[in-house]
Amino acid sequence: MKEKKSKEFLEKLLEKQTKGQLKPSDRFDIPCQDMPVQDEVERRDNINEVAQGYTELQARLEAMRCIQCKNAPCIKGCPVEIRIKDFVGAIAEGRYKESLEIIKENSLLPAVCGRVCPQEAQCQKYCTVGKKFKDPTKAVSIGRLERYVADLDRDNNSIPEAGAATGMKVAVIGSGPGGIVAASDTRRAGHEVTIFEAFHKSGGVLVYGIPEFRLPKSIVKKEIEVIEKMGVKIVCNFVVGKTRTIRQLMKKDGFDAVYIGVGAGLPRFMNIEGESLVGVYSANEYLTRTNLMKAYKFGDGADTPILNSKKVAVIGGGNVAMDSARTAVRLGAEKVYLIYRRSEKEMPARIEEVHHAKEEGIEFHLLRNPKRIIGDESYRVKAIECLKYELGEPDESGRRRPVPIEGTEFTIDVDTVIVAIGNGANPLIQQTTEGLKFNKWGNIEVDEHCRTSIEGVYAGGDIVLGSATVILAMGQGRTAAAAINEYLARKKPKGAAS
Amino acid sequence: MPHKIGTKKQLSENVFTAEVEASLICRACKPGQFIILCINNEYSERIPLTIADSDSEKGTIRLIWQRIGKTTAELADLKEGDEIESIVGPLGNPTHIKNYGTVVCVGGGIGNAPLYPIVKALKEASNTIITILGARNKELLILEDEFTEMSDELIVTTDDGSYGRKALVTEPLKEVCQREGKPDQVFAIGPAIMMKFCCEVTKEFSIPTQVSLNTIMIDGTGMCGGCRIEYDGKPKFVCVDGPEFDGHKVNFDLMIKRLDTYKDKEKSSYEKYKEHKCKIGLDKNK
Ligand SMILES: Cc1cc2nc3c(=O)[nH]c(=O)nc-3n(C[C@H](O)[C@H](O)[C@H](O)COP(=O)(O)OP(=O)(O)OC[C@H]3O[C@@H](n4cnc5c(N)ncnc54)[C@H](O)[C@@H]3O)c2cc1C
Ligand SMILES: Cc1cc2nc3c(=O)[nH]c(=O)nc-3n(C[C@H](O)[C@H](O)[C@H](O)COP(=O)(O)OP(=O)(O)OC[C@H]3O[C@@H](n4cnc5c(N)ncnc54)[C@H](O)[C@@H]3O)c2cc1C
Ligand code: SF4
Ligand code: SF4
Ligand code: FES
Repeated sequence: MKEKKSKEFLEKLLEKQTKGQLKPSDRFDIPCQDMPVQDEVERRDNINEVAQGYTELQARLEAMRCIQCKNAPCIKGCPVEIRIKDFVGAIAEGRYKESLEIIKENSLLPAVCGRVCPQEAQCQKYCTVGKKFKDPTKAVSIGRLERYVADLDRDNNSIPEAGAATGMKVAVIGSGPGGIVAASDTRRAGHEVTIFEAFHKSGGVLVYGIPEFRLPKSIVKKEIEVIEKMGVKIVCNFVVGKTRTIRQLMKKDGFDAVYIGVGAGLPRFMNIEGESLVGVYSANEYLTRTNLMKAYKFGDGADTPILNSKKVAVIGGGNVAMDSARTAVRLGAEKVYLIYRRSEKEMPARIEEVHHAKEEGIEFHLLRNPKRIIGDESYRVKAIECLKYELGEPDESGRRRPVPIEGTEFTIDVDTVIVAIGNGANPLIQQTTEGLKFNKWGNIEVDEHCRTSIEGVYAGGDIVLGSATVILAMGQGRTAAAAINEYLARKKPKGAAS
Repeated sequence: MPHKIGTKKQLSENVFTAEVEASLICRACKPGQFIILCINNEYSERIPLTIADSDSEKGTIRLIWQRIGKTTAELADLKEGDEIESIVGPLGNPTHIKNYGTVVCVGGGIGNAPLYPIVKALKEASNTIITILGARNKELLILEDEFTEMSDELIVTTDDGSYGRKALVTEPLKEVCQREGKPDQVFAIGPAIMMKFCCEVTKEFSIPTQVSLNTIMIDGTGMCGGCRIEYDGKPKFVCVDGPEFDGHKVNFDLMIKRLDTYKDKEKSSYEKYKEHKCKIGLDKNK
């Protein structure tokens, strides 16, 4: 019924479009297209993707909502400056293939970014349509459109070509989004590229952190296959700093340039009493057990266990916290409490995830923060004691600082606590790479070309930016690759006559 | 890059050893370090095992493991020529080897395996070595010959008196500590409970004691925090801050409980595996 109506509506719009009569007011009349989602009760019991993607009809209608602003402010909001106006315009006119080509000029993983970018804080934040309605949620759904055209192309196996062999070798450390892009771009320039990955599977946070229900692993796998087909070699189970050091890679193994994209990878804890009790997880551990090690299939195709938690407290308000809470629901928890010390407005998580989390029955306890975790006689988590908070003056981040209110302690009975308050920089590379400069937080220092303090060594992604986003990591991978390609073009190939 | 299993032997009822291809790791590893292996990338658990020895000419490392659950059992069922899909390492910090003077090395059960490369290195650093090995019974005692060769003095205890002295390792340890020339350093490696009691003994005599902790791990690179212990009241990650620690500062009670986090699940998983093995007749060719 509804479908039929929208079809007629679209046909009318299309007619106007071909006649060149589609006016902004027509466009403003098109309702925002909601993302079709898996039923909110059913999905609590499976790990399948929640957001199902637009239908063609929806994509067309949503794309027509874009008024094709002259100055296209949305583009400035995208860290890799995708030509949003043009790719959205192409969808509105049904030229999907071309649309994807436009996106691919700037982004290698549109199926990933369309799903996980915090669009409301990036491209969509600046969208004129959202501004016009004074409601950012009414902006053109750029991310969903990006996903739509990327998914249409899922079966296409076109492999970008590697350039003529240069005889130069590039090592990429870490197979996260930044590493994938750096590898692809340097390979395209004809260098021999090897990715070294500590885990037994590649993809970085995309495989061990972000859950299947938000980003199907098959998508990441396919992207990895593409770079392998381009001739990028991937060596898993290789911890740079332990198996070999960066110096050994360069001095002994003949790598001419190195990109460090090892992510942040050091879970923060709160340093409160009871944090080592049985049943307290870092989000990294909880998510790695479930995603990478498939603990949801324990005893039935996977050997890695996870606790059968009934009542879970998740601490934090970012994507990692939402992912942990929603994973706990899917693993069978009856009650999941999300405890965050600021208010909902300050939550760094994507709005869509917050929304889905609420739909899935997660109970939000805002302006609350744990004081200690209480255990029973066998050191298992029994309860969590929290304090109420209020918002004070803004801090360095510009967000209002949460201040505890004395004497407001209260406890919640839980058997599991998941700490999702972010990651610091893993010190492994720092400890094993002499001469590499780090800032006081342990992040690698780089210039605008992602060059580090060592010649031939570049870095990007979370290890440089702290906790960032997939698209920012990709952007840096691309910047670094361009700089590496330029550096290697100047460097003489080994054995070449002078 | 799968890792082929070379010579494999059964050392006692539940202890096995094998040489495994790992050309990069064998070049980089030092005593005290470990690897994490994953038999099958799609379904297996990742488990840590100490590098008991390495041969950089052959490109192999030696693992010694005790069959206590599904993964170690599955490993024991692999045959020479079979492959392990993933091995990552060397992980953890090497043992701090130097000339301490007189060193007491206490190994309990499977702890003898990680103790072996350490004793070997300590001997090379000209220490006087008193080794105390403990096992539940004679059958479970491993590497006795190797330790005899390297030690200036060797004391063996068994819980049931079937071999050596009928005692727990803490008894001879205490006696050695009471001797005229008090030992300068103790290394104790074995079940958490044994290390705990060894530390209680040596604390009394203020003898520095290194222990090697065997917490549950996943990544082994400091990313998950699953291996954390309470050390001097603060959290430490065994995989990157250890695996060796000053035993007098470790909260063993908490560590022991954390080791039991998945006890029931691990048990059922092992039972299921044994049952399955019976059914398909794998058992017979043991
Ligand atoms: C649970 C979770 C949810 C998130 N959700 C979102 C989201 O919705 N949207 C978004 O934009 N961002 C999200 N992020 C952030 C985003 O995933 C990261 O910013 C991004 O993945 C960083 O990419 P990277 O290239 O720096 O490498 P990472 O993805 O961090 O990967 C680094 C890789 O390097 C490997 N490595 C580390 N050390 C070594 C070593 N010494 N040797 C070899 N390999 C090594 C690691 O094993 C890992 O595979 C999320 C993060 C998490 C944890
Ligand atoms: C740094 C390090 C080095 C190690 N070196 C060796 C070694 O050289 N040889 C060896 O045999 N073992 C070693 N271990 C222990 C080994 O990793 C475990 O025995 C193994 O993970 C058990 O796997 P499983 O699936 O067979 O048993 P599971 O089913 O996982 O466990 C069975 C029972 O054993 C206990 N257990 C679980 N995990 C561990 C653990 N990590 N350590 C001790 N007990 C555990 C639990 O109480 C559990 O109920 C080491 C551990 C660490 C952290
Ligand atoms: S990559 Fe991310 S920020 Fe850029 S247009 Fe796509 S969704 Fe927006
Ligand atoms: S700002 Fe919005 S309406 Fe304007 S071009 Fe970009 S997406 Fe279209
Ligand atoms: S095993 Fe993950 S941090 Fe040590």
